[in-house]
Amino acid sequence: MTSVDALLDIARGLVAQAEPGEQLEVACSEGESTAVRVYGGEVESFTSARNRGIGVRVIRDGREGFASAGSLDPDVVAQMLADARDNAGFAEADPDAGVAEPDGVAAVDIDLWRDSVTQLDAQTKIQTAIDLEARVKAADPRISGVRTATFGDNASAFALASTSGIESGGRSTSVSCGVQALAPDGERTQIGYGGDAAREYDDLDFDALIERAVSQTVDLIGATKPPTATVSLVLDPRQAATVLGLVAGTLTGDRVIKGRSPFIGREGEAIASPLLTMVDDPTDSASLGADDYDGEGLACRRNPLVTAGVLDGFLHDAYTGRRTGLGSTGSAVRSTRGLPSPGVHALAVASGTGGDLEAMIGGVDLGVLVFGLAGLHSGVNAVSGDFSVGVEGRMIRNGALAEPISECTVSSTLQRLLLGITAVGSDLTHLPSGVSTPSVVIGDVMLSGQS
Amino acid sequence: MLDDRLITRLLEVSLEGGADFAEVFAEDVSRSGVSLDDGRVENLSSSRDRGVGIRVITGDTTGFAHTADLSEEALVDAARTAAAAAGAGSGLTVATVGERVERGTPPAVDPSTVAKTTKVALVQEADRAARAHDEAITQVSARYADNRRRILIANSDGIFVTDDQTRTNFAVTAVASGDVGLQTGYESVGLSMGFELFDRYDVAELATTAAERAMTKLSAAPAPSGTHVVVIGPGSGGVLFHEACGHGLEADLVNKGASVFAGKVGEQVASPLVTLIDDGTMPGEWGHYEVDDEGNPATRNVLIEDGVLKDYLWDHRQARRDARRSSGNGRRQSYRHLPMVRMTNTYLAGGDATPEEIIGGVDNGVYVAKLGGGQVNTASGDFVFGMTEAYLIENGQITTPLREGQLIGNGPKVLRQIEAVGNDFEMGPPGTCGKDGQGVPVGDGVPTLRVAELTIGGTAA
Repeated sequence: MTSVDALLDIARGLVAQAEPGEQLEVACSEGESTAVRVYGGEVESFTSARNRGIGVRVIRDGREGFASAGSLDPDVVAQMLADARDNAGFAEADPDAGVAEPDGVAAVDIDLWRDSVTQLDAQTKIQTAIDLEARVKAADPRISGVRTATFGDNASAFALASTSGIESGGRSTSVSCGVQALAPDGERTQIGYGGDAAREYDDLDFDALIERAVSQTVDLIGATKPPTATVSLVLDPRQAATVLGLVAGTLTGDRVIKGRSPFIGREGEAIASPLLTMVDDPTDSASLGADDYDGEGLACRRNPLVTAGVLDGFLHDAYTGRRTGLGSTGSAVRSTRGLPSPGVHALAVASGTGGDLEAMIGGVDLGVLVFGLAGLHSGVNAVSGDFSVGVEGRMIRNGALAEPISECTVSSTLQRLLLGITAVGSDLTHLPSGVSTPSVVIGDVMLSGQS
Repeated sequence: MLDDRLITRLLEVSLEGGADFAEVFAEDVSRSGVSLDDGRVENLSSSRDRGVGIRVITGDTTGFAHTADLSEEALVDAARTAAAAAGAGSGLTVATVGERVERGTPPAVDPSTVAKTTKVALVQEADRAARAHDEAITQVSARYADNRRRILIANSDGIFVTDDQTRTNFAVTAVASGDVGLQTGYESVGLSMGFELFDRYDVAELATTAAERAMTKLSAAPAPSGTHVVVIGPGSGGVLFHEACGHGLEADLVNKGASVFAGKVGEQVASPLVTLIDDGTMPGEWGHYEVDDEGNPATRNVLIEDGVLKDYLWDHRQARRDARRSSGNGRRQSYRHLPMVRMTNTYLAGGDATPEEIIGGVDNGVYVAKLGGGQVNTASGDFVFGMTEAYLIENGQITTPLREGQLIGNGPKVLRQIEAVGNDFEMGPPGTCGKDGQGVPVGDGVPTLRVAELTIGGTAA
């Protein structure tokens, strides 16, 4: 199927049409995917898809225009170049606007492609989702059913070329599965999710995701609104990835330039507990966020963000690198549908000495073991740092798990959450989201429930 | 985009092995946008997406294939793939394609005919107005966007219809800098219409509102934690009902036992003050369309009347399962997605009380002037949403502004705790509703209303 060379030919062909004084960057993608949803032992839907995309960026006299399409048909491709050119004529000039320039950093060779994914037959995909549903239902008598069990796979290729001479490309595969378990609880129903993703089928951990979906559902039965209190939050690797991912999302060059990060100008200062060290490391092939090239065709690299609590710096793409004088850190993220911007590829939080989740729970007097956080898009302000989100989970009292809780919120600020880290576990986990982190405990958080 | 002959052939191929239902969905979307940030028009963008999704249903199984390749060969291949995935059935083998019905209203002013310089001038005007509002406004971003979406649906039940949908929206974010750090203010408008949107709204006024919100928060106090009497202002509070019960009234969730409202039709599920309506027929509103993404006409559906649950929302699949008609709520993000039950414009009908009476009856509480996005767990009924502009209520008066915080409640409980509904109904800002990874435009609205108890996640004890 998909060939990087064929995509690169399209990109090159368009770049060759650049006029004098014009910078051009073309990104192309193509992919095939399937998605299976199962309900009640039957296939609810089986989706088969072929996706294509192109994004064209033109910069002329510092003015930038962009056009994209979900097609690689020659007439559409030609139209995108014309549209991007036209759009560029109306933007305001910025001397730092432009495509990335080659910086001599060699890309780490990471093979993100597994042939086995393209060889999976439809029956295997269907049976996987059916088995997943059946195993969750059988795992505990309190589970009444499954809202949906899914299996999906994807194989895609990406290529980029620009007038600065950059040419990059690669292909990747992924598989994923997920299940939502239901358990009746009086008038209501508790729901819990388990899921996993990997580069190929054999790397999916079904036992772990089933155990997670079941336990996070049945352990919420009888949940009540807790009294308002100041507590410690115990975050397993998945929840830690969510919270620390929000923090890392504020450490980007565009936020610095535009005055939109609570951590601007704090380089070299302690912004977190000394227990916290985190890097963005797409060169680690064990991470699902690993990649060889960034969204502008520069080599991905390892970028320290916080070392023993001290802020190292921010992530940059070509534009923010030029504007700040610091250079790109190879951190451009993008799809063909949008412009590149600096972002996190593969956040990695360093393992600590806190032991496993059980050990960390044992060290907390009054806390919450978090099962889920809700309302992250409306409850977290990445500019001010204000953090207020819905939470469900189990109370922790005197080092032991206690009653399940729901219909309550936790609040703090991103700044205080970082400084409040009291333990970092040694249970480093590579998550489907591309984040790698151990469990983390954060103290001094307001739990709002019954007054 | 596709001619009648090809559509007929695709349906025939879809039904070759026998199936209960086959559908061809074609879509052609053009978008354009202008973004200003950091005092500069950063870029203009445009995009084009066109493609076809073919759905074949046999029994309870849906086969679906989509492609951006519009050649006859690729489309026939997609039809075969969808049919194979659905599996052979004993149902239909022949489709009768009826007469094509053209629906949809072209916009008064098609955004694609408006000069780009005119669109650029809008974001520049917003930038100037927000910065002129106060020296403390240190950053402004403004975004103009329009899209025109043409769809065609042909199915084996004889539906053969097109719709033409145009949406235009504008948003401003202002950042104010003060002793307490950075605070943001946001304002947005969006309607199902063309560039005539700006005959109704003045971008400078929108920018001033965003700037004022950011300024107010500079002097805001931390929100008080815990349970409080909460008064919700008109307009954006519609998200409360969208989350508290709207999702739980979607028939797909109900039928899977993943809704707290399953099996409750005819029961008193809310305070008698609550009449909740979902109405896709409201012209111009953000969630409006003439036909849904399965070709069924949008309808006005009374979901809760005087507190009694009347009905759920239905798409083709769920309606077929229960042998009833679709309510015209089958929607999809694009041709790449399967349709499912979705809301359109969801609103709480107005009551008799004046806003002054509703606020005046509170000794100690919180007034939420503006709500942000929300999220619901439909199974448990627990939902959250963000307060983006809120104040304390003390002795019946709105007083100190509050920092951002999250409100949390349980749908069935909150519906029973609504103790006053105002006479000042307004629709809120445009929203994007997410469900199972698909986003669709939705509207909502409420008059001023009072809830006896909601939990506020604040930072002051």
